[in-house]
Amino acid sequence: MTAYLKLDHIDKSFARGGQVSEVLSDIRLTIDKGEFVSIIGHSGCGKSTLLNLIAGLTKVSAGAVLLQDKEVDSPGPERAVVFQNHSLLPWLTVYENISLAVSKVFGRSKSKAERHEWIMRNLDLVQMAHARYKRPAEISGGMKQRVGIARALAMEPKILLLDEPFGALDALTRAHLQDAVMDIHSRLGSTTIMITHDVDEAVLLSDRIVMMTNGPAATIGEVLAVPLTRPRRRVELASDRTFLRCREAVLKFLYERHRFVEAAE
Amino acid sequence: MSIQTIEDTNVKAFPAKPAEVIALTAKARRRFEPMAIAGRLASTLVPPIIVIALLLVVWQVACSSPTSSLPPPSQVWNEAYDLIAHPFFDNGPQDIGLAWRVLISLQRVAIGFGLAAVVGVALGALVGQSIWAMRGLDPVFQILRTVPPLAWLPLSLAAFRDSNPSALFVIFITSIWPIIINTAVGVRNIPQDYRNVALILRLNPFEFFVKIMVPAAAPYIFTGLRIGIGLSWLAIVAAEMLTGGVGIGFFIWDAWNSSRLPDIIVALAYIGVTGFCLDRLVAAVGAFVTRGTTAK
Repeated sequence: MTAYLKLDHIDKSFARGGQVSEVLSDIRLTIDKGEFVSIIGHSGCGKSTLLNLIAGLTKVSAGAVLLQDKEVDSPGPERAVVFQNHSLLPWLTVYENISLAVSKVFGRSKSKAERHEWIMRNLDLVQMAHARYKRPAEISGGMKQRVGIARALAMEPKILLLDEPFGALDALTRAHLQDAVMDIHSRLGSTTIMITHDVDEAVLLSDRIVMMTNGPAATIGEVLAVPLTRPRRRVELASDRTFLRCREAVLKFLYERHRFVEAAE
Repeated sequence: MSIQTIEDTNVKAFPAKPAEVIALTAKARRRFEPMAIAGRLASTLVPPIIVIALLLVVWQVACSSPTSSLPPPSQVWNEAYDLIAHPFFDNGPQDIGLAWRVLISLQRVAIGFGLAAVVGVALGALVGQSIWAMRGLDPVFQILRTVPPLAWLPLSLAAFRDSNPSALFVIFITSIWPIIINTAVGVRNIPQDYRNVALILRLNPFEFFVKIMVPAAAPYIFTGLRIGIGLSWLAIVAAEMLTGGVGIGFFIWDAWNSSRLPDIIVALAYIGVTGFCLDRLVAAVGAFVTRGTTAK
């Protein structure tokens, strides 16, 4: 069986002013359909670069990203991204932001009424239908991120890419959104890759956690499977042995074996 | 005297008063108050009225001597009363009110500036979007934009062989530069996030232009349009002086040739007020169109 998404010996280096800096080196990973994978690592280890490579926003220097055996070399709606800072267009309402994506992706295949229904279904999924006439400036950070998720889901992507989606939110809002993402994942079974630097978040949400070594030339240090049954509840997991063991494994990787050293430049 | 005794005496010096109930009077409530509105009006209107009155007095005193070369305000009022009181009279092809002349000039500005806005935004988008277009075109723009409006006039008269298209061309070429430059800056400043959204949605260049670029750069574009309309109003008066016709610029030239100085002064006031209104109009349209876009 071939993998759904395959990262095949990926290298990425940036050239700036004659100086070449290698960011990622020899990344090898396969992800199955429906899997939820987190990528965790210290800041500057190239996690976001890796996500941009999968999204097609950045081109690989060597190797290939293969989605269902087809090489990815440009961005497209089948790999929808939820950006850290939501990236909603401020001159459009919540509804119009999603409508822009829906009419581009389903403009030919769905009728106008079907598109409207699809937009509303996705807004309902993130519980934001009530704010559909508001502009992004009029809603809170957590609500913006919900709309960002709805916009990505509305493209019906093969892979959902989350780039530190909860990084800019307060702890309570973050917990709410994590629950929402878990709920959506269990309902839609969407293949998801999430960048995070939050250990608890990674263990709570993921089927597998990919731990990155520090840059330059960062690579995958270890992949940890999280054998927790779903649905998962954060309160019960707080004292669950498997949860604590996974958490400890990630913490050990990040803070003992690959401690982040502030570069003395 | 110890600290303790000082405190004691102080405390005794201020016996506690029984609490008072302070009734909220009707004045404390917010409601329609003609006095307050009149006060606000006065504070914005009175200072400029005083300054204008003082300037008129100084002018009157300075120009009252019989040897003075310029007319005092009283003479302007008496001799140009027809122009001031009847802006819309129409006594035949060359004898029309100043409002008509302003409207004819405005029509020229509308055509020239309208063309400049369309071409300027398109060129600005190109220069802002493509690094090679910028490298190639920016030096040319930077040199051409310093050419004074009237320096273009002989060339355009030679090219168009008619005064009306020449005047339009002068307006166009004067007002296009700030529109191009501001649009280019606005396009260059579109956040990468919006570009990424467009890339993921695979918007084609036209969709990107309409749905992302124009709204994102709108505040910059309107800054350019506002500078542009001011410049085109400057240019039209100068161009009409030389090309003739029935615009407000030619009226001034005509009045000078027949030594009607009071008429010129009234025309200047018309030009100033119209220019001010144009500027405010573009600013208001800009504020309406870009509402909500600048907020994060």
